Amino acid sequence: MKNIIYIVFMLPLLLFSQDQLSGEILEANTENKTIPVVGANVFWLNTTVGAVTDLDGKFTIPYETSYKQLVISYVGYQTDTLTIDAPKFIKHNLKPSSELDEVIVTSRKQSTVKSYMRAANIITVSSDELLKAACCNLSESFETNPSIDVNFSDALTGTRQIKMLGLTSKYILITTENVPSIRGASQAFGLSFIPGTWVESIQITKGAGSVTNGFESIAGQINAELQKPSTDNRFFVNLYGASSERMELNTHFNTKVSDKWSTGFYIHGNTHQAKHDVNDDGFLDMPLYNQINVMNRWQYVNPEKGLVSFINVRYLNDSKQAGQLDFDPSRDKLTTNFWGSEIDTERFEITTKFGYVNPEVPWQSLGVQFAFSSHKQDSYYGLNTYDINHNSVYSNVIYNSIINDSRHKIKTGLSFTYDHYDELAINTNFERSERSFGGFFEYAYDNLDKLTLTAGLRFDTHNLLGEFITPRLHMRYTPWEKSALRFSIGKGKRSANIFAENQSMFATSRSINILNTNGSIYGLDPEIAWNYGVSYLQGFNLFGRKADVTFDFYRTDFQNQVVVDWENPQEVNFYNLKGDSFANSFQVELNYNMFDHFDFRTAYKYYDVQTEYLTGKQSKPLTPKHRFFANASYVTNAEEGATSRWKFDLTYNWLSEQRFASTSSSSQGYRLPEESPTVGTLNAQVTKVFSPKFEVYLGGENVTNVRQNNPILGANDPFGSNFDTTFVYGPIYGSMYYAGLRFKIK
Amino acid sequence: MKKVLVIMIVMLVSIASFAQNKNAKASLEVDGVCLMCKERIEKAAIRTKGVKSAIWSVETHELKLIYDERKTSLDAITKSIVAVGHDTKEVKATDEAYNSVHPCCKYRDEEVQDDHKN
Repeated sequence: MKNIIYIVFMLPLLLFSQDQLSGEILEANTENKTIPVVGANVFWLNTTVGAVTDLDGKFTIPYETSYKQLVISYVGYQTDTLTIDAPKFIKHNLKPSSELDEVIVTSRKQSTVKSYMRAANIITVSSDELLKAACCNLSESFETNPSIDVNFSDALTGTRQIKMLGLTSKYILITTENVPSIRGASQAFGLSFIPGTWVESIQITKGAGSVTNGFESIAGQINAELQKPSTDNRFFVNLYGASSERMELNTHFNTKVSDKWSTGFYIHGNTHQAKHDVNDDGFLDMPLYNQINVMNRWQYVNPEKGLVSFINVRYLNDSKQAGQLDFDPSRDKLTTNFWGSEIDTERFEITTKFGYVNPEVPWQSLGVQFAFSSHKQDSYYGLNTYDINHNSVYSNVIYNSIINDSRHKIKTGLSFTYDHYDELAINTNFERSERSFGGFFEYAYDNLDKLTLTAGLRFDTHNLLGEFITPRLHMRYTPWEKSALRFSIGKGKRSANIFAENQSMFATSRSINILNTNGSIYGLDPEIAWNYGVSYLQGFNLFGRKADVTFDFYRTDFQNQVVVDWENPQEVNFYNLKGDSFANSFQVELNYNMFDHFDFRTAYKYYDVQTEYLTGKQSKPLTPKHRFFANASYVTNAEEGATSRWKFDLTYNWLSEQRFASTSSSSQGYRLPEESPTVGTLNAQVTKVFSPKFEVYLGGENVTNVRQNNPILGANDPFGSNFDTTFVYGPIYGSMYYAGLRFKIK
Repeated sequence: MKKVLVIMIVMLVSIASFAQNKNAKASLEVDGVCLMCKERIEKAAIRTKGVKSAIWSVETHELKLIYDERKTSLDAITKSIVAVGHDTKEVKATDEAYNSVHPCCKYRDEEVQDDHKN
């Protein structure tokens, strides 16, 4: 009986020590739906006591007061650790894990986003914005953006050229997923080698970029993020046709190979085989061309170990034929029968990225990038042959961490780049190798309130450019609500590829001269420039609707520049700068949400770009002083849940007069006035969305049918001494209408 | 040139070593309703000596912390948050501190809570 009494008294203790902790694990999602996480692991830290959630995301686990840290982990979600001090019911949301910082979640309420919080002046363009134009390649993506100017570079190849802060694309660092991609041999045509549908988003940085991507950016940086196999549609097709008889096909296939590996296969083809001569000068208004572009992407994500990896393989074949209507390459190539040009490009790229984020200390991460590209262009312009082979290696190691706390972030790393150029131009072979090895350090301070600052420094040793330091600074201050005042300053350095970057000069009768050849690259010294700028962004309400206004002023000051001098119509001269060269750029931009689903954007720009030429200080030719831009977009039935809707977009661009390079010493009849007329163009597009899977679009470019008369000087005598195709200030082809469809399976 | 590279590599290695501190992870439930609350809560937490990372979610009211256990404790962090006017599960802010927050952050008010839905 004594034993029975003992047992009875001991029972409460036993029951007490067998307390249980219960809970529910849900997925955090933006729709705030209740989605249970099935099969998540729940366990006490540093113990073997654990449980697994059931079909409703619920679990029960033994509890002791000595247990404090409860770990919840599941594949595809961020592992969480909770502090538990009492055995009460727990309700917890697990977040799906994301990839590295490259994945940018932009707001879907606006397709172009400006940040109030970042130190750098960055504009993010989402894929919604890219769909507002037919957007066949990367250069056409910028037509609805006021920060980037898009114009034609010559009268033959139909190539779009972009400018930022009044400077051409060679002064902009153009990267694909933070790997420099459009440079060297691909400078002239490279934007047309990236199909628009491959692009997930674009970030435009005004002013000096980050030191982590190298020393080359001067006017700014443009980064294109490609579609990711794990998030892109499983199947996508885009068919496009235009009244100029241009045809395009884009197809994407994406699939999950395992729980960690995904792959994507992307195919792009476009062709144009019809001859057009709207201005009756005997020359094609746009070239005949074919392009095949194929990419295979592999993506690996392991959130438990903090690993992300991408492997990209790409092949491109692009051919263009331009010149006189009757030119037949098999018969007339490199003869004086008819003037003609062919540009054949073959390009192979392999890019790999590896990222590791320490799961225990999430601010610590390591990234490795490696890229190899081989670019081969065979071309001739009339009797001028130009061939270039460019092989390139880029590698970068980046380490991220903090000092004391996450207000003080650091990035540091090492870079190695190698470029080999082999060129045939002006009947001379030019060959060179460039090697650079560098290290960088970047500090970012964020006091979580009014001030954000990013300071970077890099040191590079280059076999032709020497040893040099590149400092860069970005700062953001918020004086009052919904405002951002920004300041940036930075230095950039680059070697000029004088032939690849100025290929339109081969389509002229000019002699090509390099003067004062004492430097290391084509006998010239590298280009060095400082860029500094101020920007002010203010959000406000106008008649109860959201609006914002931005004022930007940037100046680029060249310490040295490779001057391209067109002032003698018989010559084009390359020489190093003596005296001043600068570009001042001012922009004011207004965004306004006039009524539900109607957005209006307008901008005015003023440019002052001057250089000291042999003939004195002059404005840069073919650069308008004033630009005006307006864009309006409207979406019907944009309410949540509606599957059918219409989208309307209208874009207007106006350019003021542009100075022509001097033609005063040309023969009578081949002289141009000092300035061009003004140009205004209107683009429009209507999109009918039938369902999340299917949409059809219809649009027009240059609806106002504005055309430049006589874009080619000396078109009647192309082998004579007055032939020139470089005096282009506006569209050559008039109105162009297009239609297309997009079909996708998510 | 070699010297500079060696210095750079040493810097890189020393930074990596320096970052190997002992860190604890914790999660606190903190009341608030909006991004302004988020800013106030995160600032109060991260300005506590020894806190390395502080992220608060408007949706879940969870403040995720990473801190150096040798320099601070959950109690000290909780005190900092309560001092700027936000309640935690164990400790409530004083009325004086609560009244110092911005009117649209007054999370105890049902009207304010309703205003912040959608």
